[in-house]
Formats: sequence, C-alpha cells, structure tokens
Amino acid sequence: MDYIPNIIFAIILFAGIGFFAKNIKKLARNIKLGKAADTSDNKSQRWNNMFRIALGQTKMVVRPIPGILHIIVYLGFIIINIEVLEIIIDGLFGTHRIFAFLGGFYSFLIGSFEILALLVIVAVVIFWIRRNLIKVRRFLNPEMKGWPKKDGNLILYIELILMILFLTMNAADYQLQQMNVAHYTKAGAFPVSQFIAPMFQEMSVSSVIGIERSAWWLHIVGILMFLNYLYYSKHLHILLAFPNTYFGKLRPKGQFDNLEAVTKEVKLMMDPTADPFAAPDGNATVPEKFGASDVMDLKWVQLLNAYTCTECGRCTSECPANQTGKKLSPRKIMMDTRDRLEEVGKNIDANKGEFVADGKQLLGDYITHEELWACTSCNACVEACPVSIDPLSIIMDMRQYLVMEQSAAPSDLNNMMGNIENNGAPWPFNQMDRLNWSKES
Amino acid sequence: MENELRVPTMAELFAAGQQPEVLFWVGCAGSFDDRAKKITKAFVKILNKANVSFAVLGTEESCTGDPAKRAGNEFLFQMQAVTNIEVLNAYAVKKVVTACPHCFNTIKNEYPGLGGNYEVVHHTQFLKQLLDEGRISMEGGKFKGKRITFHDPCYLGRANNVYEAPRDLIRKLDAELVEMKNCKKRGLCCGAGGAQMFKEPEKGSKDINIERTEQALDIKPEIIAAGCPFCNTMLTDGVKNKEKEATVAVMDIAELIASAEDL
Repeated sequence: MDYIPNIIFAIILFAGIGFFAKNIKKLARNIKLGKAADTSDNKSQRWNNMFRIALGQTKMVVRPIPGILHIIVYLGFIIINIEVLEIIIDGLFGTHRIFAFLGGFYSFLIGSFEILALLVIVAVVIFWIRRNLIKVRRFLNPEMKGWPKKDGNLILYIELILMILFLTMNAADYQLQQMNVAHYTKAGAFPVSQFIAPMFQEMSVSSVIGIERSAWWLHIVGILMFLNYLYYSKHLHILLAFPNTYFGKLRPKGQFDNLEAVTKEVKLMMDPTADPFAAPDGNATVPEKFGASDVMDLKWVQLLNAYTCTECGRCTSECPANQTGKKLSPRKIMMDTRDRLEEVGKNIDANKGEFVADGKQLLGDYITHEELWACTSCNACVEACPVSIDPLSIIMDMRQYLVMEQSAAPSDLNNMMGNIENNGAPWPFNQMDRLNWSKES
Repeated sequence: MENELRVPTMAELFAAGQQPEVLFWVGCAGSFDDRAKKITKAFVKILNKANVSFAVLGTEESCTGDPAKRAGNEFLFQMQAVTNIEVLNAYAVKKVVTACPHCFNTIKNEYPGLGGNYEVVHHTQFLKQLLDEGRISMEGGKFKGKRITFHDPCYLGRANNVYEAPRDLIRKLDAELVEMKNCKKRGLCCGAGGAQMFKEPEKGSKDINIERTEQALDIKPEIIAAGCPFCNTMLTDGVKNKEKEATVAVMDIAELIASAEDL
C-alpha cells in the first residue's frame, strides 16, 4: 500500500513528459514543412549568439524595466527547476529532500530558491499590472485581442500559483521540521516561507502534513501541466529561443537573399553563347513558385521563428508603419504564420499524414496585401526582437510572390519598375542624361 | 561657380590607360533628383579639392536594382545587378564609394553573390578616411556650436552597422551633435525605404516622414544632417510641412563639409 503514491507519481510524470514529447515531435514535423535553409556555417558565431542573446538575455535589457523583470522570472524558472529534480526523485522513491546531505550548500540552494520565488511573484504581479492596468501600448494592438491576451495572463496566473504552492510546500515542511515529525528531517533554509509557517502553528500535525502533501502534489502536477501548456501557447519561447538565436541571420541585416532560380535564368539570358534552342537540362528543377504565398513556401528557419515568437510586440512598437497607424504589425506577421502553420499541421493530422488543399493560404486569408506593402524594409523589427526573429524576410518573400507570380504590385511600383527596365532608373529619365549634373551649375 | 567640376568618366580614363583610386557610384537620385544632385556636386567638390583620383560611370551607370528587389521583383533586380557587374568588372573596379546607402548596401552585400566583389564604402566613411589620412582638413568655423542632429539611414545604420563615421564628421565641424529620441540602432525610418519612395503610403494616421521630422524638431536642431538622398527628400518635405524651413535646414554630410570649406 505504501507504494501507491510513488506509482501514481510515476504514472503522472511519464504521462506528462510523454504527451509533451508527442507534441514536440509534431512541432518538429511542422517546422520541417519549410524549405531547406543552409545554417551549417559559422558555428562558433552561432553558439556565441545563442549564449549572448538567449542565455545572456542581452537584447531584453534594451528596455530596462521589462528586461530586468524578465531576467528575474527567467532565472527563477531555470534555477528553481533544479529543485524539481529533487521533487521528482522524492516523488519516485518516497524520500524526503534527498539532497539534504549537501548540508550547508543545500540550505544555500533552498534559500536562494525561496528568495527567487518571492522575486518572481513580485515580477509576475508587475507584469500583470503592465498588461491589464497600465495598458502598455504594445499589448493593445488588434492582434492581441481574444486568445493572445488571455494566453499572456494565463501564463502569469500559472507562474504565480506555482510559486505560491512552492512557498506553501516549504512553509509546511519547515513547520513539520520544527515539530520534529518523523520523515520530515531538518534540512534547508527557509528565508521566505518561515514567515508563512506560523500560520500552521495551531494546526494538528496531520493537517500540516495534509497541506504539505497537497502543495507538493499540486506544485509538481502544475509544473507538468504547464510543460504541456507550452505547445498551445506563445510561451514556447522558453525552449525555442535557444535554437532560434542559434539559427538566426548572421549576415548584415540589409543583405537579402538572391534567389538562385532567378540567377540561373538571368545568367542564361546574359550569356551570348547560350543556345536558346538547346534542349532543357534534364536535371534542372523548375521552381514551383517564386516567393511565398503559404507557409510551405517559407524556409524552415522562418517557421521556427513563428513558433518562437512570444508576442512581446517590441517589433511592432518599433515599426515605423505601425507607429503611424498603418495595418502592418510585424508581430501579427509572425502570429499569422504560426497560426496558419498550426492549421496546416492539423490538416495533415486529420488526413493521415498528407496535406489536403483547404482553399486557404497565408497570403490573403491571414496576411493582407495592404500589410505587406506598408513595410519600409527598415529592419527595426529585426533589430528589436530579443530572440532573433526576422519578420522582414517573410514580408519580402510574400512581396516576391505578389510581384513575380501575380503581377500584383501597386501601380506606382509598376511604373517604377517599368522605368528601371526601360531607362535604368526608377524615374522616367534617359540614361544618356545621367551625367548632365556635372555640367549644370 | 569659379571652378568647374572635374568629373572624369571610367571610359575616358580607360582610354587614357589610367585606373582611378575609386569609382564614385552616383546613383539614380544623385544623377537625376534636383535636391540630390546638390549632394553629388558637394561630394565631387571635396574629391576635387583633395585631389582624389576618382571616376564615374556616367551614362554607363544604371539603377542597382535595390527598389526592384525590395518591391519583390527579384528578376529585374538580378538583371540590373548582372548588367552593372559586367560593366564594373570590365573596368576592373576595386573600390566603390557612393552617397546613397541603398546603392551602398546593394553593391556591398548583394552583388558579391552575383559575381561583383568590390570594397564598397559610404561617402561618410570615405570622407572620414580622407580626414584621417590628412587629405582633407576641416575647421569648424561656419558650423561652430550649431546644433546638428544626424538621422541614421536604415540601410547605412541598422542594415550595415555604420553609425560613427557621419557623427565623427559632424563633431569635427565643432558643431554640437544632438541625438533624437530614436537614434542609431533604434533610429526611426524616414519612410522611403523598401521602395516606399516610389508609391503612396498605405492608409494610416500620419506619414512616417512627419513622425520622424517631429522627433527631430523636438530637440530643436538648426540642421538635420542626413546621409541618404531619399531621407533628405523625406525630411525636407517634413520640415516644409511643419513650416520650419526658414530655421531648420536639412543637409547631407557632404554638403556640410563642402560648405564649411567654402567649396
């Protein structure tokens, strides 16, 4: 009979991790729907970026208040999770604070966890106030209505509850240690929860054990549920920020890819020795389409970008188009890409691993032409992103589709391009007049 | 004007068996736009004064393809690029200087993949080099103590991380360099990039150039310095819109230097 809790714990633990692993596999499959991207270069630079930007949070502190609060929650998350290791071992083997043998160091660890937990509570409360009371502008854009807003708040509530459960568990444990209850051997320092413990002083030992056990179970089950919530939430960034910063763009921000399929065509046209009547090269692959109209036309790094986005909106708040009331919001570009990718993923699940055309696509059904044409390609969104997401590349790929596949550019731009074709300048001036300025006074 | 500009073309020098130190890529705005032509001439005056051996392509120059590429027309971009690269390579060009950050970015970053490999510098970087090498001297004089702010062109700043060369030059004029709320990495676009220069903006509450001009006027500058012909146009329009053109000038860094030297 004594082993029943341990068995239940093991079942919950493996079910929680198993379900999460299943979703991660789905996530990887969806990302792989994207086109190939070569990211095998400059490994050391890539690792460096990951350490600096994701682990070191260097871009978060560009905005100091949310940056520092975020570092607290981030450190809390990473460091307090060391304790989860102990909780898992205790849960599986029915031990009490298995790492207590570390003595003074153990007390130091538990003490730091407690202080961090308190700081996380403070940070989470301030985050909630920023989202709901102060109404920071970037949390109020149209794309944040409904689920995204609820998602943001839910994450804060879950974190708050987990931290309160953690401290309650410790407080009850500390109280039981003071009462010299068997099994609850003295271990750890409790700089925060010792102030909660007096609440339990008048209670019977069995009640306090009940509180300790309830908090312990709710805490670990809560963590497993939170882990599984990630896939359905913007909160995936806590995992994907690391690969995303690793695979982020290394070249100058102004450098856009040259389309290889086009290069071949252009070189052929420019080559005076090329035989226009030659039989087509049997190995040559005809590009399916130029640019992107749906998620499968994007590169997998762009799809990883979409899943990594945590909807913080720093990109949108720096976007000159968005600041001046245009419909474009780089954050919405990322959210739309993710939502469409999820839709495509579900379509594949429902159709035994095959995507069945659903009459929808990213362009038009999610992202409008108006949004795409409002971009100045200024790279402010790319610079602002704390986890190296590149919304601009998606905008440019979709513009390519509009122009090269659909000839759907605004008429002013068609004039501009016509001028370049005819006169070698975006305006209707004769190329022969290019040097006239040197003779004018 | 006392001195006529000396603007040799690559074709002339080639015929004479000479190779200039640097090719000055004038760009479409610099060749055709009335406001930008003044920047081109100011830069040439400095080059002439410093006896820099340079040449332009003249009628052999064509659009780099930047606005076509940012508008989504990769085909037109590459046609332009490959044509230009053939001309540049035929003249064995090693170093290119340009006063347009869009041409700068495109030739520097996007031409190498298509066979065009050159050392490409923006004219503010080139002027800074000339200054460091003692080939031009700059005394403050005219601009001493004037409040000057620098508007970072997106394709010079964020796109290529060039922030200091233009600022060093402004400081050299003994001017008081003041920074806008959004500057350097967080500089606000003038609204012209990504082929926006050639189209009407989408519907919104304000034009981007007005927003940027307001940011500049907030810090009460006497001169808004720019390093891009398009930014120059957008900000000049913005200043006019705010009816401040009598008190606030929009000038290119090359114009500031040429004017300081009374060229």
